[in-house]
Amino acid sequence: MSTQVPEKTESETETETETERTETPGDRRRAEKRARQKGTTEAQETTETDEESIHLKVFRYDPEIEGKMEPRFDDFHVPFTKGMTVLDALMLARDRFDTTLTFRHSCRQAICGSDALFINGTQRLGCKTQISDLEEPVRVEPLPHAEVVKDLVVDMEHFYDQMHAVEPYFQTNEAPSDELQEQHQSRENREKIKMSTRCIWCGACMSSCNIAAGDNEYLGPAALNKAFRFAMDKREGEDMREHRFEILDQEHGVWRCQTQFSCTNVCPKDIPLTEHIQELKRSAVKNNLKFW
Amino acid sequence: MYEHDVIVVGAGGAGLRAAIAAHEEGADVALVTKLHPVRSHTGAAEGGINAAIRDGDSWEDHAYDTMKGSDYLGDAPAIETLCQDSPKETIQLEHWGMAFSREDDGSVSQRPFGGLSFPRTTYAGAETGHHLLHTMYEQVVKRGIQVYDEWYVTRLAVTNQDDPAERDCHGVIAYDIKSGKIEGFTAKNGVILTTGGLGQVFDHTTNAVANTGDGAAMAYRAGVPLEDMEFIQFHPTTLPSTGVLISEGVRGEGGILYNSEGERFMFEHGYANNEGELASRDVVARAELTEVNNGRGINDEYVHLDMRHLGEERIIDRLENILHLAEDFEGVNALEEPMPVKPGQHYAMGGIETDENGETCISGLYAAGECACVSVHGANRLGGNALPELIVFGARAGRHAAGKDLGTPEITTGKTEDTEIGELDTPVEPGAVGTPEDAVADGGTTMAQPSQTVETALEAERARVERLLERDEGVQQAELRAKLQKSMTANVNVFRNEEGLKQALRDIREVREEYENVYVNDPSRTFNTDLIHTIEMRNLIDLAEAITLGALVRDEFRGAHWRQENQERRDDVWLKHTLLSWEDGTPELWFKPTILEGEDGEYEPKIRSY
Ligand SMILES: Cc1cc2nc3c(=O)[nH]c(=O)nc-3n(C[C@H](O)[C@H](O)[C@H](O)COP(=O)(O)OP(=O)(O)OC[C@H]3O[C@@H](n4cnc5c(N)ncnc54)[C@H](O)[C@@H]3O)c2cc1C
Ligand code: SF4
Ligand code: FES
Repeated sequence: MSTQVPEKTESETETETETERTETPGDRRRAEKRARQKGTTEAQETTETDEESIHLKVFRYDPEIEGKMEPRFDDFHVPFTKGMTVLDALMLARDRFDTTLTFRHSCRQAICGSDALFINGTQRLGCKTQISDLEEPVRVEPLPHAEVVKDLVVDMEHFYDQMHAVEPYFQTNEAPSDELQEQHQSRENREKIKMSTRCIWCGACMSSCNIAAGDNEYLGPAALNKAFRFAMDKREGEDMREHRFEILDQEHGVWRCQTQFSCTNVCPKDIPLTEHIQELKRSAVKNNLKFW
Repeated sequence: MYEHDVIVVGAGGAGLRAAIAAHEEGADVALVTKLHPVRSHTGAAEGGINAAIRDGDSWEDHAYDTMKGSDYLGDAPAIETLCQDSPKETIQLEHWGMAFSREDDGSVSQRPFGGLSFPRTTYAGAETGHHLLHTMYEQVVKRGIQVYDEWYVTRLAVTNQDDPAERDCHGVIAYDIKSGKIEGFTAKNGVILTTGGLGQVFDHTTNAVANTGDGAAMAYRAGVPLEDMEFIQFHPTTLPSTGVLISEGVRGEGGILYNSEGERFMFEHGYANNEGELASRDVVARAELTEVNNGRGINDEYVHLDMRHLGEERIIDRLENILHLAEDFEGVNALEEPMPVKPGQHYAMGGIETDENGETCISGLYAAGECACVSVHGANRLGGNALPELIVFGARAGRHAAGKDLGTPEITTGKTEDTEIGELDTPVEPGAVGTPEDAVADGGTTMAQPSQTVETALEAERARVERLLERDEGVQQAELRAKLQKSMTANVNVFRNEEGLKQALRDIREVREEYENVYVNDPSRTFNTDLIHTIEMRNLIDLAEAITLGALVRDEFRGAHWRQENQERRDDVWLKHTLLSWEDGTPELWFKPTILEGEDGEYEPKIRSY
């Protein structure tokens, strides 16, 4: 699998940026700065020789110089410490050697879902992956099958669109009118949806799915899992359940899944995605039978 | 230029709740947030939400516990509002489908938590914050509320009357991280700041990397006082390499702390002869650091938290999540080895001064959540009281901002005739270094039209960013950030003394001066995280200074604030809030009394014993 680079021509990029910012005297100086900076990337290859160091090969891509320069891999050698994660290494590489290195991250604890990356050929969260578990050099690339915005950052819009397409919010006509009265839910029912609620919207599953890669309209594992979370929640009621199956039981819905398990294999929250999709398929069939 | 009735800056728990509330009032709301909403740090909260929803419990008891927990520095009206509103706000989440843990009869579960006289912590597994954040984001999607995600707000558009209480906030300026555009947002009714914590002031924190206190710093420079900034909560059990939180539950279940000599120091060195590892957070944090300082730390840095003796079965049953955290973030198998832990910054009890409706002294500017100080946590926050704060005060700020046009704020803030002004005895000049333009983040002109105020601020901001991008030599923010964080951790940590605090002020000054020459190495407009971190850095400097100034002036021991020279709570002088406001680039200190008078009488300060 290779990383996709936006299919934009050089001229398109330039017109786009042109309209978005006004020419300032600073622009030229910035161009010079950029030229100087390109020269410095070489120097990063030899550093920190006496410490135990980790060799990272990191994908780089800057849309504003696209065309003038091929997407490339930069080498970073960062000192290793026990417990170090891929995200720690990237932050160190950025803060010490090249502050232009760009990636998303925030929580550092596998809950914000912003640093799903393609690490040594697998979708993983940078913050949840111990360097010591990986073979060197550690290759870090943006998620495959998504448009690269810059370096390791990919465009998540399509992922969000698919999530939003399944009406990802609780809907019921039976909510208590009393503001202090709860809607009861059995322990079993909560247990049933528990794993599906753990999704952190990281996009790893979408990126790993061949079918999603080939069919842009396919809802994909994360959105289907989200649908599962609501369809199986007994508090929503029967009429809503029917509505939910109408969304799922369509051409680009549950039936597209070919049970390849790639999503389940990469999900950092261990959500049994394929199993959830299979269960939705079974329920969809049952739902239809009921109407016949 | 974008225009909405209400603009919410930030989309964590407080921001999402505020947006929903404003939308329900009929306002056209927009959320402007530097992270996509589901990436907000609220998602990391584990423990739960305190709400008196059961028979046998009452909001009064919750208020009493909170007042006591605050070490009598919380304000009674705010605390009572928190405790009165929390039940309906919590059940509201339940009506929105939040997957709370359940009892056998199908009702939501509650559990005991530190400092609470009733098991009133409502939770969803050990992932309460994740559920809360996603449930509210779902409601935002359902309502079609406009979200500008990955837009970084860098400046408030506030008019510049001399007296901050006469200023109006008309909007914000933000950088579209993806495209590189810098744009103005006009808010017809109000701007609500919900930008969360400021953990990045310290080099070891449970907070996310995005928690740089932007909202508090912007409000401060626009003239709103920051309240009680010296009160920073340090959590005793965080993983050394990342700051990831190891829940108090480990000690609750019987986990033991050891030093490098294998001693159970909580008892053997007499830190808490009765409670041992289960003493309160501040006591344990101080004990751990004393061990390290006395040469009994492991690798001169941390201590060990051991839970192996609990047995695999019990650990998996109750603390499974901890096994994953230790493994994933520290590379430690906690079934076979003890976990390294040390204290880490966890929560900012102080923040933007607001009233119970989220109003600040600037008309049209509101704040809620961790960035605000409505004064419910005082000197020490009880676990499980931050999440209710988000939903209670988020909702109130949203409703209030939507409900009326710009008017005079009801909050009695700012100095009055009888305000007690504080003396700042500092080793170096605090406050701005450079031009006045850099000193004040507002961009307004007196008596201007709202859109004009936003335009002026926009121009100022474009010029500032241009300058940062153009400069091509000097110092980089990463170096300054490391320096600042290191000094704060060394000097303004769990232990504080006059000398250290003064050293911190000198270091902050140095960093501030060097910041004058900061430069952004990345010339690209697209997704320029270098630029964002550089702008954030300025905020960290101002907040670090505010925290340190507060800590220097408060020469007593209260809650999380411990002073070596004066290890006593001094109610005679210090039952009052510290306030810092930014006057033409110079921090000014003043005080206001704590309000102990509640609905049914006064809360009597009692000694906190261990
Ligand atoms: C590890 C951990 C565990 C915790 N556990 C508990 C618990 O069990 N119970 C409890 O009650 N409390 C807990 N807390 C505290 C509580 O979670 C936080 O105080 C609370 O979540 C903060 O929410 P918030 O909405 O104020 O801010 P956040 O959730 O941090 O949201 C801030 C928002 O502001 C945005 N933002 C910031 N700056 C800008 C800017 N310049 N421009 C645009 N957008 C911006 C961000 O993108 C984000 O959307 C815990 C905290 C931590 C760190
Ligand atoms: S289902 Fe798993 S892999 Fe997919 S987005 Fe959610 S957390 Fe990520
Ligand atoms: S940084 Fe949040 S999931 Fe990795």
